[in-house]
Amino acid sequence: MADREFLLHVDNLTTLLGSGERPVRAVDGVDLEIHRGETFTLLGESGCGKSMTALSIMRLLPPAGRIAGGNVWLGETNLLDLPENAMRDERGGRMGMIFQEPMTSLNPVLTVGQQIAEAVKIHDPDNRNRVEARVVELLGSVGIPDPERRAREYPHQLSGGMKQRVVIAIALAGRPELLIADEPTTALDVTIQAQVLGLLKDLQQQTGMAIMLITHDLGMVSEVADRVAVMYAGQIVEVAETAHFFGEAGHPYSRKLFDSVPGKEKRDNKLAVIKGTVPSLRETFTGCRFAERCEQVMPVCREQEPDWCELETGQGMRCHLCTQQPDEVAESISPAEEPAWHLPAKASSTDTQLEVDSLKVHFPIHKGVFKRVVGQVKAVDGVSFSIPSGKTLAVVGESGCGKTTVGKGILQLIRPTAGSACFEGEELTQLKGSKLRKRRSDLQIIFQDPVASMNPRMLVGDIIEEGMRAQGVGGSTEQRRARTRELLEHVGLSVDAATRYPHEFSGGQRQRICVARALAVEPRLIVCDEPTSALDVSVQAQILNLLKELQREMGLTYLFITHDISVVAYLAHEVAVMYLGRIVERGTVQEVLESPQHPYTRALLSVVPEIDTEPKRSVIRLEGDMPSPANPPSGCHFHPRCPEATDVCAMAYPEEVQLSVTRSVCCVRVGASTVTGNEENG
Amino acid sequence: MNMDNLVILWTDALVYLLLVVAIAFGIYASRKEHLRAPWRYVIRSKVGIGTLVVLLFYVVIGLSDSIHFHPPLDEPDKNGEVIYSSEVISLFDQMVSGLRARQEKTYSAPLATHLYAKENIELPDGTTIRDFPRLKYGGAHLQDPEKDWKGDIMALSALGIFKGLVLTLVLSNILLIFLTIRSGCSFEHTARNVLVGRTEIPWCVALAVLGLMLVVFMWSAELATKYHLLGTDKVGEDVFYQSLKSIRTGLLIGTLTTLVMLPAAVLLGIMAGYFRGWVDDVIQYTYTTLNSIPGVLLIAAAILMLQIYMSQHADEFNSLVERADLRLLFLCIILGVTSWTGLCRLLRGEAMKLREVDYVQAATAFGVGHFQIISRHILPNVLHIVLISVVLDFSRLVLAEAVLSYVNIGVDPTMNSWGNMINSARLEMAREPVVWWSLAAAMIFMFTLVLSANLFSDVVRDAFDPRLRSTN
Amino acid sequence: MMAYIIRRVLYAIPILIGVNVLTFMLFFVVNSPDDMARMHLGQKRVNQAVIENWKQERGYNRPLLYNSEAEGVGSITDTVFFQKSVKLFQFDFGSSDSGRDIGYDISQRMWPSLAIAIPVLMVGLLVNISYALLIAFFRATYIDLWSVVLCVVMMSISGLFYIIGGQYLVSKLLHLVPISGYDTGLGAWKFLVLPVIIGVIGSIGAGTRWYRTLFLEEINKDYVRTARAKGLSERVVLFRHVLKNAMIPILTGVVVVLPLLFMGSLITESFFGIPGLGSYTIDAIQRQDFAIVRSMVFLGSVLYILGLLLTDISYTLVDPRVRLS
Repeated sequence: MADREFLLHVDNLTTLLGSGERPVRAVDGVDLEIHRGETFTLLGESGCGKSMTALSIMRLLPPAGRIAGGNVWLGETNLLDLPENAMRDERGGRMGMIFQEPMTSLNPVLTVGQQIAEAVKIHDPDNRNRVEARVVELLGSVGIPDPERRAREYPHQLSGGMKQRVVIAIALAGRPELLIADEPTTALDVTIQAQVLGLLKDLQQQTGMAIMLITHDLGMVSEVADRVAVMYAGQIVEVAETAHFFGEAGHPYSRKLFDSVPGKEKRDNKLAVIKGTVPSLRETFTGCRFAERCEQVMPVCREQEPDWCELETGQGMRCHLCTQQPDEVAESISPAEEPAWHLPAKASSTDTQLEVDSLKVHFPIHKGVFKRVVGQVKAVDGVSFSIPSGKTLAVVGESGCGKTTVGKGILQLIRPTAGSACFEGEELTQLKGSKLRKRRSDLQIIFQDPVASMNPRMLVGDIIEEGMRAQGVGGSTEQRRARTRELLEHVGLSVDAATRYPHEFSGGQRQRICVARALAVEPRLIVCDEPTSALDVSVQAQILNLLKELQREMGLTYLFITHDISVVAYLAHEVAVMYLGRIVERGTVQEVLESPQHPYTRALLSVVPEIDTEPKRSVIRLEGDMPSPANPPSGCHFHPRCPEATDVCAMAYPEEVQLSVTRSVCCVRVGASTVTGNEENG
Repeated sequence: MNMDNLVILWTDALVYLLLVVAIAFGIYASRKEHLRAPWRYVIRSKVGIGTLVVLLFYVVIGLSDSIHFHPPLDEPDKNGEVIYSSEVISLFDQMVSGLRARQEKTYSAPLATHLYAKENIELPDGTTIRDFPRLKYGGAHLQDPEKDWKGDIMALSALGIFKGLVLTLVLSNILLIFLTIRSGCSFEHTARNVLVGRTEIPWCVALAVLGLMLVVFMWSAELATKYHLLGTDKVGEDVFYQSLKSIRTGLLIGTLTTLVMLPAAVLLGIMAGYFRGWVDDVIQYTYTTLNSIPGVLLIAAAILMLQIYMSQHADEFNSLVERADLRLLFLCIILGVTSWTGLCRLLRGEAMKLREVDYVQAATAFGVGHFQIISRHILPNVLHIVLISVVLDFSRLVLAEAVLSYVNIGVDPTMNSWGNMINSARLEMAREPVVWWSLAAAMIFMFTLVLSANLFSDVVRDAFDPRLRSTN
Repeated sequence: MMAYIIRRVLYAIPILIGVNVLTFMLFFVVNSPDDMARMHLGQKRVNQAVIENWKQERGYNRPLLYNSEAEGVGSITDTVFFQKSVKLFQFDFGSSDSGRDIGYDISQRMWPSLAIAIPVLMVGLLVNISYALLIAFFRATYIDLWSVVLCVVMMSISGLFYIIGGQYLVSKLLHLVPISGYDTGLGAWKFLVLPVIIGVIGSIGAGTRWYRTLFLEEINKDYVRTARAKGLSERVVLFRHVLKNAMIPILTGVVVVLPLLFMGSLITESFFGIPGLGSYTIDAIQRQDFAIVRSMVFLGSVLYILGLLLTDISYTLVDPRVRLS
């Protein structure tokens, strides 16, 4: 019955979550085919049903979920017909799966070796007599150094990247024909992401297995995929070869997704946004599920569900535009492309607003009978930079490099150990009590997690008013209310939001409320601590647009903390790259992104997945993990991982080399080759 | 009854304070969606509303037993003024005065007409025989107990059950009319919805439980007027009356203890977690020290000391009731002292987590003061933990009272409590035939209360902490 | 690790001093030694000489906290508080108010207490874990639902009822074992069977329900999904993965009460007439023997602190993630 050509053939799969009259139709009639040996990506934003599709194929649904219909053919077997004990042979046998959270995916009380051995014993009869040897082999094949020793270790002794490698090794134990990878790198840092993706590619070449990669990251699709399927609201809306997909995406949703990705070339324009939100999967749909948010919507879209249609190129999509020319579009909304900004940028002065000089934040380590201080975690270890008024400085780095601590140290949320942070001529680190309290209105912060950053027990109006009340600004209660309404409108929310609770809003809307809250006390500098990294790409575009507009309008200064290079390219004026508590390279956004000098910056830029159809750039894959800031390597902190390191690097931390007025690098090699030429400039 | 003869015992005052606090909290909660929603969940769950009805029965009895006064004597004095007895009784005593007054000589079995033990009875003709004497009150209206007893019991039961059913019917009709007016649908429509369970609040369950309780209530009320429904104890007191009186003691121990310990636990726990540093050290030291003393021994020591104090200063107490009441209050306090540490530790951990949460950091970045942060951000976000622990503690405390009274370090021996009932009854287990009714009565009353409280607290916990929902 | 243990032991000293101050206040400040003497010698008209004599015999004749007559260090040391506390720290419990050697009594009476407490703990653990595993295996079925209901019902019954009901049924009606009493050596078994069984039954409700929650919490974790994705059967997942993780809180919860087992169970021992420390304590409470109660409070505190320390150490043994520092 099943087509021989296909390894996996999913036919009209429907999965329901929850019982009762209106269950969530998490997966609603999904068809897909995966060829032997190919990399197939399932692309979609959060809540579109991509993980549920994978779990349905593995028959690993949570207790509330059940498969309501359809067929899943793996080769000649229909997986949904198998009894549970036969299905167990397929799971981990012909099909392996790896998950998003490597931190929690391994059993904390069993050694890594034991956990891999379990899979070997079940699925690899040939190696039953030499399980331990096979385990070491597997660990070696996923690139874990010293596998004999690692096999005896517990998961908590491994870093995140290592854990994900172990999970991959478990999946490989059964020599799978299909590996389902559910956002395998989302929880990892970019340099580790590159390692894991590279590993998957290598393994695929060695074993010839097919990979079904689930992701929300367009860059990753372009990097690794052979074919891509786009999911929206429980359905697949487009399937295409990767090259075709990035050439001319068919479905309006896919096109919009492309346009909302920030980047250098879009700096002067607003990012495209998809209006509205993803519909609830509890509803029953009559027309196209994307119709409400589509800019090319036609009357027929609302009345009739579009059929699947195949184009000549092998592309297929679920859209009425397939059969009807856009010219005939009757009710089409004029494309809301907003290329230019409403307001000209406020003339920004060049005077420095914030001057940070060798800021240090150390956390003591206590040990021994009397808890003496035996060491310091040097989270921030001598960071200096300045931000001109009305500009954006992006602080870039991987998790654990101390970038968030810098932000909190400047705001005095964590008291710095040493150094100075001077805001408009006033030394913040010396301020205390009511003076500090007064100053706080000038400096505000927006957090990463929109859920945690608002008190769930307070009304949105009270949340926004809190700052005004604490600072004693905004006049009478009535005036404050009016100001709250004004702010809500300013960030693009309706006025009645003030009388609702935070949980009634989506992630993007909550982040808007957080912006409004920060604006309420009329700050001049806002520390943005990864404000978009918890959001989907289309929502991220809305927030980035808002932040950019506010800067042009009100002359705000941003300290933008992020790990996402494309956001930096779109938003920042200056960039500082951090590694292990120190800034390794600093300069304007053009300087740093176009000609990175520090090897770490170069590696960081090279591993960022980018959407392009051009031949692949050479990726600099960093080995190993970032060391602990409690015990940094001697000399240059980066030298153990640096591809260009020499003996000198291990001796002493390199001096900062000023390359131009705006630019400085901390690397021995840069100093040696260019310092003489630049001395005249400096 | 006028104000002069009203006696406000310490525990009475606290009970009514607790009631006021509960009502105030109810009003506050009804305005806050995050508090209203979980209670709505409780009300809409079948177990929740069913147990709530049962608990309400207990609470009504307990509250009516918490209004104390000196009863007027039957005969006015020479000037025609009412004289008040020096005895202190409660409103509840007044309502069931029959039960209280009808004291037999010694043990009698439930619904019996004769005493439990044989005695020498002097017959009218002067001879004495050894037989079971008739009870003074229990079944005294019967001419020939042998013959009439069964029929009379049947008739009274039927009457009681009938009364209960009628009462249920009346009450449910009142409810239906109320619902009809509120929904705006026809009466018939509303009634059908309620009966097949299509309402959001499962009224049919509530009505069924209410009906059951009312039938049992009316049935026992009917029988208790003529008999000793659950027999009598050693000194001939009605066991049914004792069991009912014990309700107040049980409820008080379960609620006042919590009320006493709550402020300290909440305040210290949050302070320790929020301020850290030396504040944390001091508070941690305090609760580790208190916790390390075995609870029972601390209670025992404290009660022993109280006993000695009371016997040395006996003249400071006006009446036995007051003395027993003070001991009850003291027991609540000392129970509170031994049980606040768990909640305190829990809140400390939670406050420690919350102070690092982004919204607290954001508030700090606005320059909001510590007091404001604690009252606006931390307290509302740990309130559900406090609530869950309060309801979970209730049944534990009710059971603890029985054990403590058994060891003689519970409530005053003169006070009615299930623990005292069990304590006095266990000595009679060796008798032949066994005197089982005191024990059984205490167990049944206690079991009903504790089971309802346990089931209710499960629902409350599920409502306030969805992560723990038991059906997953 | 060693440094940690030393720190914890040092930390125990201020706590034990605190315990002593507290009990001292309870015993001597609320009621003066004179009051206690009168209490013991009978309320009526005791003359002062007899009281002084009574105090003299028991060492209560010094000032309570501060001796203004003594000089130097003596003003602190020559007091009831200091004398009594220091002896406790040396585990010298002295003699009871009725004149018996408390230390000897404790060493004699701890064995019967342990003979009940240890079997109750072990059998209870076994029964509760097995039952909870069974429920977890059949989760979200009627077996689960009714088991939970049964647990709640069993939890709602007073422990006194189990004891009285058990004694009545097994001893009085069926005459299987004696109602109460104790025997030395192996002959004790027939006195121990019933209290142990009743102890276990009494623990089923709360215990099973708590363990079930632990198991279900573990079952919903990510690593269980990974284990299933390997193709492991439900039985292996439950016994190898879930049980091993859930045993961490279970075992450490047991370790914390281990030292306190010495103290025995007040209720069980007094109902069954077993001459353990529990009934010893209860007798002392009822006889109002302060010396014994004070000694038991101190002993209890020491054992509690020991329990906390053992818990921390046991974490490092069963949970590879925990390192003490």
